[in-house]
Amino acid sequence: MQDSASRFGYFVSPDRQIDFDRNNHEVASKVAAAEPGLNWCISCGTCAATCTAAKFTDFSLRRIILQVKRGELKGLAREAQKCMLCGKCQLVCPRGISTRNLILQINRVLQSENL
Amino acid sequence: MSKHVAVVGAGIAGIEAASILNAMGHSITLIEKNEILGGHINHWHQLFPNRRQGRDLLEKLYEKMDDSIQVQYGKEITSIKPFSGKFIVTAADGWVTNADAVLMATGFDLFDAHKKEEYGYGIYDHVITSADLEEIFIQGEGLNPRLGKDPQRIGFIHCVGSRDEKAGNIYCSKVCCITAVKQAIEIKELYPSVEVYCFYMDLRMFGRHYEELYQEAQEKHNIQFIRGRLSEASENKQGGVVVKVEDTLLGKPLKLTLDLLVLMSGMVAPVAVTNMRDKLGLAKVDDGFLKPVDPHTQANLSELPGFFMAGTATGPKTITDTLTDARSAALEIDRFLKEII
Ligand code: SF4
Ligand code: SF4
Ligand code: SF4
Repeated sequence: MQDSASRFGYFVSPDRQIDFDRNNHEVASKVAAAEPGLNWCISCGTCAATCTAAKFTDFSLRRIILQVKRGELKGLAREAQKCMLCGKCQLVCPRGISTRNLILQINRVLQSENL
Repeated sequence: MSKHVAVVGAGIAGIEAASILNAMGHSITLIEKNEILGGHINHWHQLFPNRRQGRDLLEKLYEKMDDSIQVQYGKEITSIKPFSGKFIVTAADGWVTNADAVLMATGFDLFDAHKKEEYGYGIYDHVITSADLEEIFIQGEGLNPRLGKDPQRIGFIHCVGSRDEKAGNIYCSKVCCITAVKQAIEIKELYPSVEVYCFYMDLRMFGRHYEELYQEAQEKHNIQFIRGRLSEASENKQGGVVVKVEDTLLGKPLKLTLDLLVLMSGMVAPVAVTNMRDKLGLAKVDDGFLKPVDPHTQANLSELPGFFMAGTATGPKTITDTLTDARSAALEIDRFLKEII
């Protein structure tokens, strides 16, 4: 509160830009090595449309995949764990991606990198 | 007596139509403004979707060309005038011919990428066009002479000069999405460790085996597709090209640095052909291309009897579509010539 007052109500907006040059691309290459389906995703969103977790929270497998590919990893480990591994998404993915394995590998790599 | 057809433009549409009309027994003059046949394909290394050599396609077409086709080189047609049931076709150097029918196989020009100044073509060393890249592939020396090193990151910008009110062209050029995919794969084959990014608004993989090539680009070559249109490119101190787009699927602005930026230049109507269209009082479209009487059933006909068109003269087309269109124009012309006997 006091801080806010000393700034006369102004604050600094955090930079939202994806700084692709600086972002971590290790995670993406490790995930892709374990589950190449990472690179086949066309961001169609069919997975998120069928996902029960996505219906009640703002969890989206489509977005998680994209965040991994762009190296936007902040808060991702927690987000990725919301998946219940039910496998509904795998039934509908038009690119035939093993989506359950993909999210398992994303979880594994994020944890092993302590992210 | 055989009828005389003037085919204007000896790119693939003109060659194909001339061969067929000649085989049908008509007398053909094939008029080309350059000193060689083949048009744009001369400058294209490999063609989508099967990666055959541009040369190879041209040789196939030349094989079918009979010697009785009269070819006129270096003739830039400046005027076509209807005159008592015929056409007087005149070139810039004063050369004239009379014809019973004219086929406009005048093709397209590449969009001049200098016009998108914010993309830095002609300003930054490491910004080139898709046509420049084909030329580099044909030279066979790779990118090192230009970059002075092995490239690490290359970006392709889709829709340069197409689908863009600012460039004056609202249409889609049709071939550049799949060309970008093809060129990205060629780059990966040349430099396997390079990272390749395609920046697109929509990916238009409508043709037979285009989607398969796109899938191959992702699965086999790890080419990344980022949905977002380039706002501007700038150069950093090291000569890298910094691009800014919105990653529209993540809803965030994105910035990255590339060693080389390739602009997918679209197709535009040649100004001289648009002027000729207007001089003849032919129907206008909302761009400079020629307008057929009916886009489905009379795609090669104008309102002027005897004046036909084929290929990209009526708008962007693939090679397959251009050749099919040229053959259909030949049939229409044959029918017309038989009727006027
Ligand atoms: S496996 Fe996970 S992401 Fe897929 S539908 Fe089930 S909860 Fe959603
Ligand atoms: S359904 Fe498959 S292709 Fe579509 S966004 Fe999900 S993982 Fe990607
Ligand atoms: S084919 Fe693709 S790159 Fe070319 S204008 Fe159409 S959408 Fe743009």
